[in-house]
Amino acid sequence: MEILVCVKRVPDNAENEIEVNSDGSDIERDDLVYSVNEWDNYAVEEAIQLVDKAGGAVTVVSLGDEESEEVVRREMAMGANNGILVSDDAFEGSDGKAVAAILKAVVEKGNYDLILTGAQADDGAGQIGGMLAAMLDVPYASVVNVIEVLSDSQLKVGREIEGGNQEMNEIALPCVLSIQTGINEPRYVGIRGIRKVASVDIPVWGASDLGIDPANVGESGAKVKRIDYFIPEMGEGAEILEGSSEEIAEKLIDLLKAKGGIK
Amino acid sequence: MAAQVFTYIEHKDGVADDTALELTSAAQKIYPDGSVTAIVTGSGADLDAVCNELSASYAEVWKFDNEALAYPNAEAIRKLLVAVLPAEAVLLVPHDTFGMDLSPGLSIKLDSVFVSDAVGFEGMEGNTLKVIRQEHSGQVSTHLKADISGGVVINVRPGVFQPDESKSAGGQVIDKSSEIGELTVGRRFLEVVAAEAGDVDITKEDILVSIGRGIEDQDNIEIAEELAEAVGGVVSCSRPIVDAKWLEKPRQVGTSGQTVKPKVYMALGISGSFQHLGGLKGNPFIVAVNKNPKAPIFQVADVGVVEDLLDFVPVLTEKIQEGK
Repeated sequence: MEILVCVKRVPDNAENEIEVNSDGSDIERDDLVYSVNEWDNYAVEEAIQLVDKAGGAVTVVSLGDEESEEVVRREMAMGANNGILVSDDAFEGSDGKAVAAILKAVVEKGNYDLILTGAQADDGAGQIGGMLAAMLDVPYASVVNVIEVLSDSQLKVGREIEGGNQEMNEIALPCVLSIQTGINEPRYVGIRGIRKVASVDIPVWGASDLGIDPANVGESGAKVKRIDYFIPEMGEGAEILEGSSEEIAEKLIDLLKAKGGIK
Repeated sequence: MAAQVFTYIEHKDGVADDTALELTSAAQKIYPDGSVTAIVTGSGADLDAVCNELSASYAEVWKFDNEALAYPNAEAIRKLLVAVLPAEAVLLVPHDTFGMDLSPGLSIKLDSVFVSDAVGFEGMEGNTLKVIRQEHSGQVSTHLKADISGGVVINVRPGVFQPDESKSAGGQVIDKSSEIGELTVGRRFLEVVAAEAGDVDITKEDILVSIGRGIEDQDNIEIAEELAEAVGGVVSCSRPIVDAKWLEKPRQVGTSGQTVKPKVYMALGISGSFQHLGGLKGNPFIVAVNKNPKAPIFQVADVGVVEDLLDFVPVLTEKIQEGK
């Protein structure tokens, strides 16, 4: 099974407090810790496990600036066989549709049975997988939390739907799946793994390599554009308790007792 | 002239989802004077019941009745919508696991644009719609401008827009089943596997001590268990804890886990994503402990403690034990 996994380099939510910069044009990026999007990392692990069972190869592709090479390399250290960086100034400011169109061109340069994305990334849109599938005219399933190979042409997939229930489907290959966290336990990538792939050559593809007209992508082609970042006016918000830990604890105990929070 | 606005209605067991009326309120924010048509797909008596219910609040309800639509398969419904929606339609869909499945691909097939997880609208300027979204797990908000001259599919976050129940529409149900067309799909629905029951039922507890990423390590869960014991509650959690396999799925609060209605909810090291808060009902007294003062949980909590839970919670537990 030939599997393509689309990964994105994002600010690590576990490591950062995200703040808006002074003019609201972007988030404050100076001291951010970046990593591979958490959902994408589960997708790569799932692809590696599928290939371990069914044979084939895992290719990881990332669309972004030069820095995105580090996440491609990291996922190769994890066990992906091939990596591709898709990078071009013309791609900057692309909306979801343009990102999907660029990835479609990547897919069409290969011969993939299965394409995986994360269920969502830092912008929370969760749109690329579904758009890509529609552009490729192949079936799609979102928020997938279990994959079972039925045959060369068919998978059984579970989608995590509301209330902790799971919706089981049969889906024909080739297809696109967006992967939910928790589908597996992504393996740890140690220094030794990183070293092993440190000198692997990762090809960089731009608009001309992919046959993409720069006018249709990037800022100029975008019909959906982010204008600014802001912090909304807070409602009343929480009453923040002040003082030493002991003082706060005592205040909190009084409040809890009043609200039935201590039996 | 305003574009034609449609809402996709989710329903279960013959009852429309809460989002059915939230979406009309959202539509009013886009076109205050526009009329809105509800699209309802399904099969049989349940479908009829939903359509009749909706005709009280929608001027027009389009009914699509077909056995193949008995379970909402997004691929089949996408085909249907592409066949029946007029050019340049504005379609609002709930942003849940169905909307995530349907809408991005639908926007491609309609050759319209897609806006995901909208939480606010600031009206139209010409053909441009100004939308409010959130990014980075709700830590920051953004304004988007979407050129909707060619139509748009908008996923609207559930629970954000207040349903407008004041209007009585006395609308009509129009049976459009003959326009359905072929519904062959590459993804066939098999069954829904119900969530497993856990050793405790967190939906029945009055006091929940809930942990998130801030617990940092499986060994630290003890800290929460000790507090839960001291206050007479049980430990629940947010999604990352279940993803890490530190606690069982039945302990998870959120749209993809359990919906709970405790009297007191202590959120320890939980940032407060909308998916998590979507599982919290009944207006509990919320205590948030988080070292990040910008965590969205502080916007919904009643009381906040800006400290590392690993430092603060043991102090709290000890004080409670001393007082007993």
